[in-house]
Amino acid sequence: MEALKVLVVDDEAGIRSGVTRILSKHVVSYPFMDEDCNFVCFEAASGEEGITIIDAEMPDIVLLDNKLPGIKGLEVLEYIRQKNYNIMVAMITSYASLEIALKATSDGAYDFIPKPFTPQELKSSIDNITKQLFLRRISSKMKQEGKKIRYQFLSVLSHELKAPLNAIEGYLNIMKEKQAGIDITAYDSMIERALERVEGMRNLTMDLLDFTKIRLDNRRDKVKMVNLRQTAKMSVSTVKPYAIQKNISIKLEADDKIEFEADPYDMEIIFNNLLSNAVKYNRDNGIVTVGISKEKDGIVILVSDNGIGMTEEEASQLFKEFVRIRNDKTKNISGSGLGLSIVRKITDIYHGKISVTSKPDEGTTFRVELPV
Amino acid sequence: MSIEGKTILIVDDDYDYLFQLKFQLEQWGCKVVTAESQREAEELLHTLKPDLAILDLMMENEDSGFVLSYKMKKKYPDVPIIISTAVSSETGMSFNRYSEEDKNWIKADTYLEKGIRPEHLKNELEKLIP
Ligand SMILES: Nc1ncnc2c1ncn2[C@@H]1O[C@H](COP(=O)(O)OP(=O)(O)O)[C@@H](O)[C@H]1O
Ligand SMILES: [Mg+2]
Repeated sequence: MEALKVLVVDDEAGIRSGVTRILSKHVVSYPFMDEDCNFVCFEAASGEEGITIIDAEMPDIVLLDNKLPGIKGLEVLEYIRQKNYNIMVAMITSYASLEIALKATSDGAYDFIPKPFTPQELKSSIDNITKQLFLRRISSKMKQEGKKIRYQFLSVLSHELKAPLNAIEGYLNIMKEKQAGIDITAYDSMIERALERVEGMRNLTMDLLDFTKIRLDNRRDKVKMVNLRQTAKMSVSTVKPYAIQKNISIKLEADDKIEFEADPYDMEIIFNNLLSNAVKYNRDNGIVTVGISKEKDGIVILVSDNGIGMTEEEASQLFKEFVRIRNDKTKNISGSGLGLSIVRKITDIYHGKISVTSKPDEGTTFRVELPV
Repeated sequence: MSIEGKTILIVDDDYDYLFQLKFQLEQWGCKVVTAESQREAEELLHTLKPDLAILDLMMENEDSGFVLSYKMKKKYPDVPIIISTAVSSETGMSFNRYSEEDKNWIKADTYLEKGIRPEHLKNELEKLIP
């Protein structure tokens, strides 16, 4: 049980003890709260005393009378706002003039509790305030987490963008200063490597474009019935040149009648990524199978290969941005680590699911389910 | 205070960076040993004690360089370590994430950005190698 601190600032002793008595037995519980909460009360007979307790105890809720002997309730409210304290304030007033009400509201008072009040009235006000307090906490937590994710994304991204530039620049400098002598053939392998890094960076840029497109989302207007077999066929021809280099065969097992309502470009991205992975992370003479079928709850796309596979632990990380598995088998395969995170985002948009099963050195199957 | 003939371990998962740095150091007369991962470097360190090590920050994990540095300092407290990274301090990111306390714990001798001029690098090396 979490205990919220409530401070009552009122010059009438009866009100103060009344609030303390009522709230000491009160418990609030909402389904979105991790645990129920109860209340511990603090009492202040003046605004000045109130401010001292606020600084010392940092209450969660302040119940504030405006008509006080010294400084007014509104001034206490202003103090809380200026200090940027995260406190829910409710004014308790026998009569709230419109002017005071407006001022209090613009200074962040959340509620008005009319005086005199019944225990039930006080309780229902407190329930409301508590609810608001928890919702605020949840949303600020989510904002912080969002920030953290963006931060990590940017730091990894700047690393991924700078690494190829540094590599290319390094080779150019070696050549500029003719550090390997004046025979141009001495530089062949460096030129080759620099070109490969350019290619890698181009792929990353393309992936990033896909990625930001998905972020911008809302392309509902482009939605139409997409023939998935046709889309898959297009992807197969896109990866064909790479497959031929390793003598990998690609089988497409799909009914021509399966259609899905989507942005065709999204479906292309799914197939392109899964297929290019199945070819890239495969070995010579490997086999890739693409299956599309209509099941009870929707459409299932399966892309399997008998390539290098991965461990269960590795598989659990794949759908996060920039995750690449690093080992001797993947060492010379270039990629951005964005592909699968893009595929996951797209399946999310269509309320679908993506999962992977894999065994090291045996192969991998990706399964995408798209509900219809 | 010459770096000539010194053995330098470089650990980086970027093949090109490794190649270029090795190329550069060999021109200055250093002996160079390379590793492409934290794991590979740890294995090498069983049998090798270099005169200096240059470690990439992000390898298998985003803090592999720090972990490796920590382990190396425990084994060979007197070997100077440079941690290199492609993430610059001005774009924000990585280093700020580590508190002062973490940095004490990490104990690298210098942090360098990848892509610094060769003369600058040579300077740093000469400062660190006794
Ligand atoms: N079919 C597969 N077989 C084995 N490993 C795979 C397969 N598909 C993806 N992976 C692993 O997942 C990682 C992330 O894939 P992805 O997000 O497409 O990025 P990229 O291909 O650009 O590295 C790859 O680096 C690879 O290690
Ligand atoms: Mg990929």
